[in-house]
Amino acid sequence: MTTLRRSLRFAESEVIAYRRTWRGTIISSFVNPVLFLAAMGSGLGALVDNGPGLPIDYILFLAPGLLAATAMQNGAGDGSFPVMAGVLWRKNFHGTITTPLGPEDIVWGRLLWGTARLGFVLTVFAIIAYLFGAMDLGPGLVAVIPGILTGLAFTAVITAWTLTQEDGRSLSTLFRFAIVPLFLFSGTFFPISQLPGFLQSVAYVTPLFHGVELVRKITLSDPDPSLVTTMPMWVHFCYLVVMFAIGIYLSIRFLHQKLRP
Amino acid sequence: MAESLVEARGLTKEFGDFTAVDGIDFDIHPGEAFGFLGPNGAGKTSTMRMITTVSPITSGHMTVFGLDPTTQGRGIRQRLGVVPQEDNLDQELTVSENLYVFGRYHDMTKAEILPKVEELLEFAQLTDRADAVVEHLSGGMKRRLTIARALINNPDLVILDEPTTGLDPQARHLLWDRLYKLKRDGATLIITTHYMDEAEQLCDRLVVMDQGKIVAEGSPRELIERYAPREVVELRFQDGQQEDAVARLDGLAARSEILADRIMLYTDDADDTQEGLGSRGVDPEQVLVRRSTLEDVFLRLTGRQLID
Repeated sequence: MTTLRRSLRFAESEVIAYRRTWRGTIISSFVNPVLFLAAMGSGLGALVDNGPGLPIDYILFLAPGLLAATAMQNGAGDGSFPVMAGVLWRKNFHGTITTPLGPEDIVWGRLLWGTARLGFVLTVFAIIAYLFGAMDLGPGLVAVIPGILTGLAFTAVITAWTLTQEDGRSLSTLFRFAIVPLFLFSGTFFPISQLPGFLQSVAYVTPLFHGVELVRKITLSDPDPSLVTTMPMWVHFCYLVVMFAIGIYLSIRFLHQKLRP
Repeated sequence: MAESLVEARGLTKEFGDFTAVDGIDFDIHPGEAFGFLGPNGAGKTSTMRMITTVSPITSGHMTVFGLDPTTQGRGIRQRLGVVPQEDNLDQELTVSENLYVFGRYHDMTKAEILPKVEELLEFAQLTDRADAVVEHLSGGMKRRLTIARALINNPDLVILDEPTTGLDPQARHLLWDRLYKLKRDGATLIITTHYMDEAEQLCDRLVVMDQGKIVAEGSPRELIERYAPREVVELRFQDGQQEDAVARLDGLAARSEILADRIMLYTDDADDTQEGLGSRGVDPEQVLVRRSTLEDVFLRLTGRQLID
């Protein structure tokens, strides 16, 4: 069996398990992003659009940010609790490695499954955003691709981090102190040029910023310079690819150490 | 003699300063049921994990099916069935899904797996629970399912790490019955246990492990004959009287073991020994005569009981 084939075998078991647990993921994956789009985009947006601030409707600015942020949240979720479960609660990883599959197949298999889920969640989001009049359909669907990359980069790095934790207590801390601040201050809701100077430089090095910028530069085909940075798209892309690669490398290494002492 | 399925020389596993397995040698042949008997912490599980290639060998040499566990782990695992000490069934899947998924991990097609699942459900007596989620099964059922799962790929070697620990007597006997069936069908089994009756019933040949080392090797019968006289007279006394009796028992039996709650006299003629008790004025509250078991062998070899 090749690595791809073994990883697909593992992904298949995740799909079988998902058939039983998908209901629990609907709210965070589909409903919350739409609520944000409605409340912030249409509700708050109505106020913003009456002021002097933005050259375009606020909802057009917000929607790509939310797409990237949704990718981050799904990706982070996928790299944390299910990984701890595989090692500690559900324990399915331990059984898996007694078959021809190894830790690396588990890591790749989860990412394959994560890719499929992110693709689905983000496509649904792009279509709903289109129905809200917040995105054009074509660019919205194209932006799903960098969205998936953003999500996977988070899954990979957070998988590695989760594997360094002894139990599940620290996982909610991660969401409270890392994911939520990223969500609020990485350019999802307002251009980071609004941040004080030193916080702008902090934003530049955070991953969600690059995801948001990449998606926004695609959906707003010729964005006003006040809405995005001048950083070229390939910089964002490379940032996320490097983050993904480091995450994968460490995840495989740590999972080996965890499962095969 | 056929070639060994597993061959180990100087096999060693260290965790930091702690030596879990301390340079052991053994050979396991096709078709036999081979046991590792020893108390908790003797190094049995570490040895099993090295055989199943999920724990790297620290030093020494081992081959499984003639393959090297370090570089050919996948090839080895392809032909193994593994029943770990702690059930690691997928709690979120049903009974039959657990079997199906493992078949897929072994690269079997759906058409190959489905009839095998039926057969194994029957074998594990779980046919009527096929669609139950694993979480809701009893301990004995989970254990049988774990064993069934280990058989999905028609393994050449099945490794069972303490298969019946924690089960009630009824569940244990049901499980033993299933393992006999496997044996009759010609499977090669490796079983670890700290129950001597399990080792006596199931194993053709076994090694006794203590503190990472192999302290004896042979068939259950051979070990008993070599290390323990034929019969045992067990004496229990009322509170405080055991100490007094010890002095008067000197020289009565071939060997004696004094435990906290009883004295065991090893002898080739229990009647003779019992008569001797009376003539020496020893008056125990309870006398039990039984045949020697592996437990006695273990006590002899290590000075400790298997289960504390």
